[in-house]
Amino acid sequence: MLKYLIPLIVFSCLVILFVFGLQNDPSIVPSPFIDKPLPQISLPTLSDPSVSLDTSDLKGEVTVINIWATWCIPCRQEHALLVDLANNNDVKVIGMNYKDNRDNAMKWLEDLGDPYNIVLFDEDGKAGIDLGLYGVPETFIIDKNAIVKHKHIGPLTEKDISDTIIPMINELKITPLINELNTEL
Amino acid sequence: MIKFFISIGICLSVTIVYAVDIPLEFEDTAQQQRYQQLLDELRCLVCQNQTLADSHADLAQDLRSQVFSMVSEGQTNQAIVDYLVTRYGNFVLYRPPLNAYTALLWFGPFILLIFAFIVVYRLAKSKKVGDVKLNQEDHLAASKLLNQSDSNNQG
Repeated sequence: MLKYLIPLIVFSCLVILFVFGLQNDPSIVPSPFIDKPLPQISLPTLSDPSVSLDTSDLKGEVTVINIWATWCIPCRQEHALLVDLANNNDVKVIGMNYKDNRDNAMKWLEDLGDPYNIVLFDEDGKAGIDLGLYGVPETFIIDKNAIVKHKHIGPLTEKDISDTIIPMINELKITPLINELNTEL
Repeated sequence: MIKFFISIGICLSVTIVYAVDIPLEFEDTAQQQRYQQLLDELRCLVCQNQTLADSHADLAQDLRSQVFSMVSEGQTNQAIVDYLVTRYGNFVLYRPPLNAYTALLWFGPFILLIFAFIVVYRLAKSKKVGDVKLNQEDHLAASKLLNQSDSNNQG
């Protein structure tokens, strides 16, 4: 009797394997930066090319880093959600405008609202490569010690924000800052 | 009819096309070979079934120029591969390194092969026909059948 059940058991195992495999989206590449410090990047701001910001300045606060461009259609879809997120939560949101045009980007923020504390301007996409960027939009969450905690690839949805982003921000807010002495070591 | 032959001609003339941006100037052919070899082994993250050499994606272009400038600077292949792996993970490599995550990928086929050998061996063993003890009656029945077929063949 058992002999005849073997093919069925093997088949069931295959089905389980396939169902598991189908749930993984191969287009989402896990970031090697998770739980690692945010790479050192220095970029001029969008509004003023003479002012620049270094990513090491981001220590001390939980920060959402959103990479966007005016030529990116899904960015438009996600933008209103970012405006909501910034308005309704006490969180620092940094924008990084990727391979774009300054005037277009400024106009976009004027028309659609500006959820960002600061927008950095990555004209040639070099900083994007340093962040392992491969599809705009992408969103990182970093903790108070500038350690990357989460990376979202593609446009954020309402569900992503309410189920993942906001709970994560709130959780990271209560984790203590490693004191200066330790970080210097 | 002429159109038909022209279109066949066009189809046949298509060979492997590399995505070329700007003509690159290498110091020597060794550098050019190194560049080409690296691009053939690195995966484009946007079109994941293409190498960096084949892909027309914007990011692939940027990464190609990055690889080009690193090759021109005389950086080693290992340094260039490491540069990309720290940013994009092992996923950029078409030849994944052997580590705890990829052990199943490397050894899985051999494990399955061993498993298959065991199954085949056991099946073969269980089918083996041993010596069958025949009694007088069986011998008679057998020779009767044999004789019968003999006479049938002759007739």
